[in-house]
Amino acid sequence: MTEAILFMLGIGGVCGILLSFASKIFYVYEDPRVSLVESNMAGANCGGCGYAGCSAAAQAVVKGEALPSICIVSGAEGAAKVAAVMGMDPGTAESRQAYNMCDGGVRAANKYHYLGVTSCGAISLVFGGQRDCHVGCLGLGDCVKSCNFGALTMGKQGFPVVDENKCVGCGACNKACPKDIIEVKSMSDKLLKFNQINDPLAPCSQTCPAEIDIPQYISHIKNGDYLPAVQTIRMRNPLLLSCGRVCPHPCESDCRRGIADEPVSINQLKRFAADYEMNSGSRVPIKCAPDTGKKVAIIGGGPAGLSCAYFLRRVGHHPAVFEAMPELGGMLRYGIPEYRLPKKVLDWEIEGITKLGIETHTNVKFGTDFGLGSLVAAGYDAVFIGIGAWKDHALGVPGEEIKGCLNGIKFLSTVSALVSSGISKGDTSIREKMKLGKRAAVVGGGNTAVDCARTMLRLGLEKVYMVYRRTRKEMPANEVEIVASEHEGIEFVFLAAPSRVVGNENGEVTHLEYLRMELGEPDASGRRRPVPVKGSETLLAVDTIVTAIGQAPDASFKEETSRRISELTLTRWSTIDNNAATLQSSIPYIFTAGDAATGPALVVDAIGGGRRAARSIDLFLKGEKVEPVKDSLQKKRIPESVFKTISGVQPIKRAEMPELPVNRRLDSFVEVDLVLPEVEALAEANRCLRCCRICYNPDKTSV
Amino acid sequence: MGDYFVLAISCIFVNNILLAQFLGNCPFLGTSKKMETATGMAMAVIFVLVLAGIITWITDTYLLKPLNIEFLRTLSFILVIASLVQFVEMFLKKSIPALYAGLGIFLPLITTNCAVMGVCLININEEYTFMQSLVSSFSYAVGFGLALILFAGIRERIIIARVPKPLQDTSIGLVTAGMIAICFFAFKGMV
Repeated sequence: MTEAILFMLGIGGVCGILLSFASKIFYVYEDPRVSLVESNMAGANCGGCGYAGCSAAAQAVVKGEALPSICIVSGAEGAAKVAAVMGMDPGTAESRQAYNMCDGGVRAANKYHYLGVTSCGAISLVFGGQRDCHVGCLGLGDCVKSCNFGALTMGKQGFPVVDENKCVGCGACNKACPKDIIEVKSMSDKLLKFNQINDPLAPCSQTCPAEIDIPQYISHIKNGDYLPAVQTIRMRNPLLLSCGRVCPHPCESDCRRGIADEPVSINQLKRFAADYEMNSGSRVPIKCAPDTGKKVAIIGGGPAGLSCAYFLRRVGHHPAVFEAMPELGGMLRYGIPEYRLPKKVLDWEIEGITKLGIETHTNVKFGTDFGLGSLVAAGYDAVFIGIGAWKDHALGVPGEEIKGCLNGIKFLSTVSALVSSGISKGDTSIREKMKLGKRAAVVGGGNTAVDCARTMLRLGLEKVYMVYRRTRKEMPANEVEIVASEHEGIEFVFLAAPSRVVGNENGEVTHLEYLRMELGEPDASGRRRPVPVKGSETLLAVDTIVTAIGQAPDASFKEETSRRISELTLTRWSTIDNNAATLQSSIPYIFTAGDAATGPALVVDAIGGGRRAARSIDLFLKGEKVEPVKDSLQKKRIPESVFKTISGVQPIKRAEMPELPVNRRLDSFVEVDLVLPEVEALAEANRCLRCCRICYNPDKTSV
Repeated sequence: MGDYFVLAISCIFVNNILLAQFLGNCPFLGTSKKMETATGMAMAVIFVLVLAGIITWITDTYLLKPLNIEFLRTLSFILVIASLVQFVEMFLKKSIPALYAGLGIFLPLITTNCAVMGVCLININEEYTFMQSLVSSFSYAVGFGLALILFAGIRERIIIARVPKPLQDTSIGLVTAGMIAICFFAFKGMV
């Protein structure tokens, strides 16, 4: 017995001594952060994170392969400590949760008997999972089986549903899913996600410049969940009340129902949900990620700037908006007339955004009141320029300097400022203040021109002409706007190019001289080029002329005498030059979007651009490389999602937009377009085909 | 030389450690869901088993037998194998980091695996010489790897088969393992 004990002690001792020597001899330098990181983990070696024990997980964190929030036991507090050890942004310690991209939909029962296969992995191996949609959820629940925390259940509709209270964000479901449908993402990841070529996206969502998940919010509306619909829209677009009113909805022209029937009235549904929230009297709470302490200066409080500020704030940064005009909103406030977007509505919407904790400074102009130097000195880590395009193009004809010639944006912003300063609406006092005459000609065929003309009528002018050098068919303005202005009695002078402004001896406009045109060969834009008819000079008796033939950004800030700002390159249209995919300008910490970068475009383009810039700024602030989104779908379409024909669609009448009768419009600035009644909104939501929501045998389900 | 060949065949096929002796069932079922994992495990087992075979043979011949304390065999083997694996792990980490990364987590996992322990004890019980125990350790490990990889291949196909609910996952795995074991019985009497 004694010798046995002695022997074991001896052999144990020898082994111990050998190992301790070996550990000296074979010592490998290990990052000291590994043990620090490990000490901040739960130490349970539970393997819930997917790594073999805490030490493997700690090594992965130090190598940058795993996020600080990897430990599912130590929770957000532990994640923050790990992030501190790694010198990372606390923002990255935001908790992650499983998130299902594909919302299932109406599924044929046959998937459950499909060759008897019971696992997504198997069906994916055998058939690539392709039934009718090769990107969607297979619905056999490998993710549900893989979840150790019981946070996933197979929902009624045959796609997994995440229980947010139980999900710890371990990512086991993501690994089990053969189609990458279920992903583990933080809120910031979701907010800054952009459409990719492999995503299950309906045609409308692919087209929307803001990339809103349209079928998702329509299906919320269909189920009567109006506030979740609002939240879905807010994941991509913070200005839903404004967009719901003024967006020319490019999504609707790609709506799949439009192939066999009229497209779904997507934008009116957005407005319905947005108005529902506003009229409900309370705001849906908006969550923001933990503070990162980084400051970003947003120059320009228009749709691009507000969108960028909103997304940056929600992912935890601290944006401050600098606006040259007295109030925020940019073109939404000063370019879009009251009768299309009431200031009251815009105020409510902007208040919701700034309430998230966004600093605002108004009446300060970039290049005049402050410069790039002062922003850098004030400790801003990045700068976003979204100053819009506020400089009207000149007509370039003799006599343009005569009194009574106005510029479109200047005119609209002056009227808007007067209206919001409380001067009685539709009153002639504005007309008198602005010294407008009785008969006006608006030159141009875009939305600005139509807005000018309709505003003129509301200011009490007797006769308003719209002078456009092509025909109605080529007018770039929204169809609904053109129709409305026809109803309101605006007279169109097509195929007319102004050639001279005629004035009297008092220096006042008396006539606009124009040349008649005829349409020639199509030009680069595909529209037929107007050619002047010789000797066709015609006089149009007007006393006010408004020019609305396009705008460019006001690049006067470049006059600032800092060497840095001279490095900011502009294009020949005086827009700010940037990388189209990352929106980074020639100065790495300056990002730009909206009209300032693209030239005059849609509000929804500016909103999408603001979010894209927010993503790049977020990467920049984290010290990561500002790279474009991989396989980005920007302006492209998923080929298999573009259908030429569609079967089994019964035409259902599209909801008509309710409007104020013409006789009640013209004496005031009251909003013309009205919101859909609830019954009609529900009916309209039912017209949605739920593209990319129906994956199995759509024929067998009622569409 | 011929003897060694016969010994190797008998260890790999006839007395396969997994399918004839039913040792090491834990990693057999645990790491056979994916071919990738199974291959990693098989490599690690070969590596550890050969080393363990050598060190335990030396321990037994030069320590336990001369001191007449063979009854401490199991206990001392555990200690020796565990220390050895620790040592090898450190050595590999320093000298051959590529191999260390390849074997990864499997190395410590099989430290005191019953297949490893079993082979070392068999070597002693059969009173093999040093060379014989070396060959037998290597061959048993190869047999382990062979069975594991075969099994993983089958299990990867089972997931696309129609399996009744009560039999899914581990149960069908055990049934399959049993069937392969019966197939391996065909080797009985070959040597």
